Amino acid sequence: MQLKDKVAIVTGSTRGIGKEIALEFARRGAKVVVSGRNAERAEAVCAEIKTPGGSAIAVAGDVSRMADAQQLIERAIEQFGQIDVLVNNAGITRDNLLIRMKEEEWDEVLAINLKGAFNCIKSVTRQMMKQRSGRIINITSVVGQIGNAGQANYAASKAGIIGLTKSVARELASRNITCNAVAPGFIETDMTGALDEKVRESLQAQIPLGRLGSVSDVARAAAFLAGDEAAYITGQVINVDGGMVMGG
Amino acid sequence: MALEEKVKEIIVEKLGVAADKVKEDAHFIEDLGADSLDTVELVMAFEEEFGVEIPDEDAQEITTVKAAINYLRKKMDQAD
Repeated sequence: MQLKDKVAIVTGSTRGIGKEIALEFARRGAKVVVSGRNAERAEAVCAEIKTPGGSAIAVAGDVSRMADAQQLIERAIEQFGQIDVLVNNAGITRDNLLIRMKEEEWDEVLAINLKGAFNCIKSVTRQMMKQRSGRIINITSVVGQIGNAGQANYAASKAGIIGLTKSVARELASRNITCNAVAPGFIETDMTGALDEKVRESLQAQIPLGRLGSVSDVARAAAFLAGDEAAYITGQVINVDGGMVMGG
Repeated sequence: MALEEKVKEIIVEKLGVAADKVKEDAHFIEDLGADSLDTVELVMAFEEEFGVEIPDEDAQEITTVKAAINYLRKKMDQAD
Protein backbone atom coordinates (compact mmCIF):
# COMPACT_ATOMS: atom_id res chain seq x y z
CA MET A 1 0.00 0.00 0.00
CA GLN A 2 2.49 2.48 -1.28
CA LEU A 3 0.09 5.45 -1.13
CA LYS A 4 -1.68 4.53 2.09
CA ASP A 5 -3.82 7.39 3.43
CA LYS A 6 -2.40 9.91 0.98
CA VAL A 7 -5.03 12.26 -0.40
CA ALA A 8 -4.87 12.62 -4.17
CA ILE A 9 -6.86 14.80 -6.55
CA VAL A 10 -6.97 13.56 -10.13
CA THR A 11 -8.51 15.93 -12.67
CA GLY A 12 -10.18 14.48 -15.72
CA SER A 13 -10.52 11.16 -13.94
CA THR A 14 -13.90 10.17 -15.33
CA ARG A 15 -12.33 8.12 -18.13
CA GLY A 16 -9.17 7.19 -20.00
CA ILE A 17 -5.77 7.68 -18.39
CA GLY A 18 -7.16 9.84 -15.56
CA LYS A 19 -9.66 7.20 -14.51
CA GLU A 20 -6.95 4.55 -14.39
CA ILE A 21 -4.73 6.87 -12.32
CA ALA A 22 -7.60 7.33 -9.85
CA LEU A 23 -8.20 3.57 -9.65
CA GLU A 24 -4.49 2.73 -9.37
CA PHE A 25 -3.96 5.28 -6.60
CA ALA A 26 -6.98 3.86 -4.75
CA ARG A 27 -5.61 0.31 -5.09
CA ARG A 28 -2.43 1.56 -3.46
CA GLY A 29 -4.40 2.94 -0.52
CA ALA A 30 -4.88 6.60 -1.47
CA LYS A 31 -8.02 8.60 -0.75
CA VAL A 32 -9.03 9.91 -4.14
CA VAL A 33 -10.87 13.01 -5.29
CA VAL A 34 -12.39 12.15 -8.66
CA SER A 35 -13.01 15.16 -10.85
CA GLY A 36 -14.41 15.88 -14.29
CA ARG A 37 -16.98 17.92 -16.12
CA ASN A 38 -19.49 15.07 -16.20
CA ALA A 39 -20.94 14.63 -12.69
CA GLU A 40 -22.54 11.28 -13.44
CA ARG A 41 -19.30 9.76 -14.71
CA ALA A 42 -17.39 11.17 -11.75
CA GLU A 43 -19.85 9.52 -9.37
CA ALA A 44 -19.50 6.23 -11.25
CA VAL A 45 -15.69 6.20 -10.89
CA CYS A 46 -16.10 7.15 -7.24
CA ALA A 47 -18.44 4.20 -6.73
CA GLU A 48 -15.96 1.90 -8.47
CA ILE A 49 -13.35 2.92 -5.88
CA LYS A 50 -15.70 2.64 -2.91
CA THR A 51 -17.18 -0.76 -3.78
CA PRO A 52 -14.03 -2.74 -2.85
CA GLY A 53 -13.62 -0.58 0.28
CA GLY A 54 -11.68 2.40 -1.06
CA SER A 55 -12.16 6.02 -0.08
CA ALA A 56 -13.21 8.63 -2.65
CA ILE A 57 -15.37 11.65 -3.36
CA ALA A 58 -16.54 13.05 -6.68
CA VAL A 59 -16.36 16.77 -7.45
CA ALA A 60 -17.76 17.85 -10.79
CA GLY A 61 -16.30 20.94 -12.39
CA ASP A 62 -14.45 22.54 -15.27
CA VAL A 63 -10.81 23.21 -14.39
CA SER A 64 -10.53 25.88 -17.09
CA ARG A 65 -12.55 28.04 -14.68
CA MET A 66 -10.55 29.29 -11.70
CA ALA A 67 -13.63 29.21 -9.44
CA ASP A 68 -14.19 25.52 -10.21
CA ALA A 69 -10.53 24.71 -9.57
CA GLN A 70 -10.68 26.50 -6.22
CA GLN A 71 -13.85 24.67 -5.28
CA LEU A 72 -12.24 21.34 -6.16
CA ILE A 73 -9.35 22.04 -3.78
CA GLU A 74 -11.65 23.33 -1.03
CA ARG A 75 -13.90 20.26 -1.21
CA ALA A 76 -10.88 17.99 -0.98
CA ILE A 77 -9.59 19.77 2.14
CA GLU A 78 -13.08 19.82 3.67
CA GLN A 79 -13.44 16.08 3.18
CA PHE A 80 -9.94 14.78 3.88
CA GLY A 81 -8.15 17.62 5.72
CA GLN A 82 -5.06 17.62 3.53
CA ILE A 83 -3.88 17.24 -0.08
CA ASP A 84 -0.78 15.16 -0.73
CA VAL A 85 -0.98 14.74 -4.47
CA LEU A 86 -2.46 16.73 -7.34
CA VAL A 87 -2.55 15.07 -10.75
CA ASN A 88 -3.34 17.49 -13.57
CA ASN A 89 -4.64 15.14 -16.18
CA ALA A 90 -7.72 16.89 -17.61
CA GLY A 91 -7.23 17.29 -21.32
CA ILE A 92 -9.07 17.45 -24.60
CA THR A 93 -8.19 17.40 -28.31
CA ARG A 94 -9.65 19.51 -31.10
CA ASP A 95 -7.50 18.30 -33.99
CA ASN A 96 -7.22 20.25 -37.19
CA LEU A 97 -4.57 21.37 -39.61
CA LEU A 98 -3.27 24.70 -38.44
CA ILE A 99 -4.43 26.43 -41.62
CA ARG A 100 -7.98 25.29 -40.89
CA MET A 101 -7.85 25.54 -37.12
CA LYS A 102 -10.50 27.79 -35.67
CA GLU A 103 -9.61 30.24 -32.97
CA GLU A 104 -12.09 28.49 -30.65
CA GLU A 105 -10.34 25.17 -31.22
CA TRP A 106 -7.07 26.71 -30.16
CA ASP A 107 -8.56 28.53 -27.17
CA GLU A 108 -10.57 25.62 -25.85
CA VAL A 109 -7.63 23.20 -25.85
CA LEU A 110 -5.27 25.71 -24.22
CA ALA A 111 -7.92 26.66 -21.64
CA ILE A 112 -8.48 23.13 -20.38
CA ASN A 113 -5.08 21.51 -20.91
CA LEU A 114 -2.76 24.32 -19.86
CA LYS A 115 -4.74 26.95 -17.99
CA GLY A 116 -6.60 24.17 -16.18
CA ALA A 117 -3.30 22.90 -14.80
CA PHE A 118 -2.30 26.44 -13.79
CA ASN A 119 -5.63 27.00 -12.05
CA CYS A 120 -5.36 23.81 -10.02
CA ILE A 121 -1.71 24.32 -9.10
CA LYS A 122 -2.36 27.92 -8.02
CA SER A 123 -5.29 26.78 -5.91
CA VAL A 124 -3.46 23.92 -4.20
CA THR A 125 -0.19 25.74 -3.51
CA ARG A 126 -1.28 27.44 -0.30
CA GLN A 127 -2.32 24.14 1.27
CA MET A 128 0.83 22.30 0.20
CA MET A 129 3.05 25.18 1.39
CA LYS A 130 1.39 25.01 4.79
CA GLN A 131 1.87 21.25 4.90
CA ARG A 132 5.50 21.64 3.85
CA SER A 133 4.94 18.72 1.50
CA GLY A 134 3.18 17.89 -1.72
CA ARG A 135 3.42 16.20 -5.08
CA ILE A 136 2.22 17.76 -8.29
CA ILE A 137 2.10 15.50 -11.33
CA ASN A 138 1.18 16.92 -14.71
CA ILE A 139 0.20 14.73 -17.62
CA THR A 140 1.87 16.01 -20.78
CA SER A 141 2.45 14.06 -24.01
CA VAL A 142 5.21 13.04 -26.42
CA VAL A 143 3.40 15.33 -28.83
CA GLY A 144 4.50 18.25 -26.65
CA GLN A 145 8.11 17.15 -27.20
CA ILE A 146 8.15 16.24 -30.90
CA GLY A 147 5.04 17.92 -32.31
CA ASN A 148 2.31 16.35 -34.40
CA ALA A 149 0.74 17.45 -37.67
CA GLY A 150 -2.90 18.32 -37.01
CA GLN A 151 -2.38 18.93 -33.30
CA ALA A 152 -0.71 22.33 -33.06
CA ASN A 153 -3.09 23.36 -30.28
CA TYR A 154 -2.72 20.13 -28.31
CA ALA A 155 1.06 19.99 -28.79
CA ALA A 156 1.43 23.62 -27.71
CA SER A 157 -0.64 23.00 -24.58
CA LYS A 158 1.43 19.92 -23.72
CA ALA A 159 4.75 21.69 -24.35
CA GLY A 160 3.42 24.48 -22.14
CA ILE A 161 2.78 21.92 -19.40
CA ILE A 162 6.48 20.99 -19.46
CA GLY A 163 7.60 24.61 -18.95
CA LEU A 164 4.98 25.00 -16.23
CA THR A 165 6.21 21.81 -14.53
CA LYS A 166 9.83 22.93 -14.43
CA SER A 167 8.99 26.44 -13.18
CA VAL A 168 6.72 25.16 -10.43
CA ALA A 169 9.37 22.60 -9.45
CA ARG A 170 11.88 25.44 -8.96
CA GLU A 171 9.46 27.76 -7.17
CA LEU A 172 8.20 25.25 -4.64
CA ALA A 173 11.21 23.01 -4.05
CA SER A 174 12.17 24.89 -0.88
CA ARG A 175 8.79 23.93 0.58
CA ASN A 176 9.29 20.22 -0.09
CA ILE A 177 6.81 20.23 -2.94
CA THR A 178 7.87 18.35 -6.07
CA CYS A 179 6.45 18.82 -9.53
CA ASN A 180 6.98 16.37 -12.36
CA ALA A 181 5.38 15.46 -15.65
CA VAL A 182 4.49 12.16 -17.24
CA ALA A 183 4.63 12.08 -21.03
CA PRO A 184 2.57 9.24 -22.45
CA GLY A 185 3.13 8.16 -26.03
CA PHE A 186 0.33 6.46 -27.88
CA ILE A 187 -1.96 4.83 -25.34
CA GLU A 188 -5.08 2.75 -25.95
CA THR A 189 -7.91 5.13 -24.96
CA ASP A 190 -11.05 6.61 -26.52
CA MET A 191 -8.81 9.43 -27.73
CA THR A 192 -6.59 7.12 -29.82
CA GLY A 193 -9.38 4.59 -30.52
CA ALA A 194 -10.83 7.13 -32.92
CA LEU A 195 -7.80 6.79 -35.22
CA ASP A 196 -8.17 4.66 -38.34
CA GLU A 197 -6.26 1.43 -38.90
CA LYS A 198 -3.72 2.92 -41.29
CA VAL A 199 -2.77 5.70 -38.90
CA ARG A 200 -2.45 3.19 -36.07
CA GLU A 201 -0.13 1.01 -38.12
CA SER A 202 2.13 3.90 -39.00
CA LEU A 203 2.15 4.98 -35.35
CA GLN A 204 3.10 1.53 -34.20
CA ALA A 205 6.04 1.50 -36.62
CA GLN A 206 7.49 4.52 -34.74
CA ILE A 207 7.39 2.78 -31.37
CA PRO A 208 10.52 0.75 -30.53
CA LEU A 209 8.51 -1.58 -28.26
CA GLY A 210 6.17 -2.18 -31.20
CA ARG A 211 2.83 -1.67 -29.48
CA LEU A 212 0.59 1.00 -28.06
CA GLY A 213 0.75 1.51 -24.31
CA SER A 214 -2.02 0.85 -21.82
CA VAL A 215 -3.58 3.26 -19.38
CA SER A 216 -2.07 1.28 -16.51
CA ASP A 217 1.44 1.81 -17.93
CA VAL A 218 0.85 5.53 -17.40
CA ALA A 219 -0.96 5.15 -14.08
CA ARG A 220 1.92 3.17 -12.58
CA ALA A 221 4.42 5.89 -13.52
CA ALA A 222 2.17 8.50 -11.90
CA ALA A 223 1.84 6.32 -8.79
CA PHE A 224 5.62 6.06 -8.56
CA LEU A 225 5.99 9.84 -8.70
CA ALA A 226 3.29 10.20 -6.03
CA GLY A 227 4.98 7.79 -3.65
CA ASP A 228 7.76 8.19 -1.09
CA GLU A 229 10.25 6.48 -3.39
CA ALA A 230 10.19 9.51 -5.71
CA ALA A 231 10.95 12.09 -2.99
CA TYR A 232 14.17 13.30 -4.64
CA ILE A 233 12.75 13.65 -8.16
CA THR A 234 11.51 17.07 -9.25
CA GLY A 235 11.22 19.05 -12.48
CA GLN A 236 11.42 15.91 -14.59
CA VAL A 237 9.48 14.58 -17.53
CA ILE A 238 9.08 10.81 -17.39
CA ASN A 239 8.25 9.36 -20.79
CA VAL A 240 5.94 6.35 -20.89
CA ASP A 241 6.01 5.83 -24.61
CA GLY A 242 7.58 2.50 -25.54
CA GLY A 243 10.78 4.31 -26.45
CA MET A 244 9.34 6.80 -28.96
CA VAL A 245 11.24 9.75 -27.54
CA MET A 246 14.68 9.18 -26.08
CA GLY A 247 17.11 11.59 -24.47
CA GLY A 248 16.59 15.25 -23.62
CA MET B 1 -1.71 41.31 22.92
CA ALA B 2 -1.40 44.50 20.92
CA LEU B 3 -1.56 44.16 17.15
CA GLU B 4 1.97 45.45 16.79
CA GLU B 5 3.43 42.80 19.06
CA LYS B 6 1.42 40.03 17.44
CA VAL B 7 2.67 41.06 13.98
CA LYS B 8 6.26 41.04 15.20
CA GLU B 9 5.79 37.69 16.84
CA ILE B 10 4.54 36.18 13.57
CA ILE B 11 7.52 37.64 11.71
CA VAL B 12 9.96 36.21 14.24
CA GLU B 13 8.34 32.81 13.99
CA LYS B 14 7.91 32.66 10.22
CA LEU B 15 11.29 34.09 9.26
CA GLY B 16 13.23 32.56 12.11
CA VAL B 17 14.91 35.85 13.04
CA ALA B 18 15.80 37.32 16.42
CA ALA B 19 13.09 39.54 17.93
CA ASP B 20 15.45 42.52 18.27
CA LYS B 21 16.04 42.51 14.51
CA VAL B 22 12.36 43.06 13.82
CA LYS B 23 12.43 46.86 13.90
CA GLU B 24 9.67 48.92 12.34
CA ASP B 25 11.70 49.97 9.34
CA ALA B 26 13.07 46.48 8.66
CA HIS B 27 12.48 45.22 5.14
CA PHE B 28 11.49 41.53 4.99
CA ILE B 29 13.75 40.64 2.09
CA GLU B 30 16.64 43.10 2.45
CA ASP B 31 16.98 43.17 6.24
CA LEU B 32 15.38 39.97 7.49
CA GLY B 33 16.64 37.53 4.88
CA ALA B 34 13.24 36.49 3.55
CA ASP B 35 12.82 35.13 0.04
CA SER B 36 9.79 35.92 -2.09
CA LEU B 37 7.93 32.78 -1.00
CA ASP B 38 8.56 33.70 2.64
CA THR B 39 6.78 37.00 2.09
CA VAL B 40 3.79 35.15 0.63
CA GLU B 41 3.73 32.88 3.66
CA LEU B 42 3.95 35.86 6.01
CA VAL B 43 0.86 37.35 4.40
CA MET B 44 -0.89 33.98 4.69
CA ALA B 45 -0.02 33.90 8.39
CA PHE B 46 -1.37 37.45 8.89
CA GLU B 47 -4.59 36.44 7.15
CA GLU B 48 -5.04 33.50 9.45
CA GLU B 49 -4.08 35.27 12.67
CA PHE B 50 -6.26 38.32 12.07
CA GLY B 51 -9.06 36.62 10.13
CA VAL B 52 -8.81 38.99 7.19
CA GLU B 53 -8.36 38.51 3.49
CA ILE B 54 -5.42 40.33 1.92
CA PRO B 55 -5.73 40.72 -1.87
CA ASP B 56 -2.59 40.10 -3.95
CA GLU B 57 -2.34 43.78 -4.95
CA ASP B 58 -2.20 44.79 -1.27
CA ALA B 59 0.10 41.92 -0.35
CA GLN B 60 2.76 43.21 -2.72
CA GLU B 61 2.91 46.48 -0.81
CA ILE B 62 3.55 44.77 2.51
CA THR B 63 7.32 44.68 2.34
CA THR B 64 8.35 46.04 5.74
CA VAL B 65 7.39 45.49 9.36
CA LYS B 66 5.85 48.95 9.47
CA ALA B 67 3.86 48.40 6.29
CA ALA B 68 2.43 45.20 7.76
CA ILE B 69 1.44 46.87 11.03
CA ASN B 70 -0.14 49.87 9.30
CA TYR B 71 -1.99 47.73 6.81
CA LEU B 72 -3.40 45.35 9.40
CA ARG B 73 -4.35 48.19 11.76
CA LYS B 74 -6.34 49.82 8.96
CA LYS B 75 -7.88 46.51 7.98
CA MET B 76 -8.91 45.75 11.56
CA ASP B 77 -10.41 49.22 12.02
CA GLN B 78 -12.54 48.66 8.92
CA ALA B 79 -13.70 45.35 10.29
CA ASP B 80 -14.85 46.84 13.60
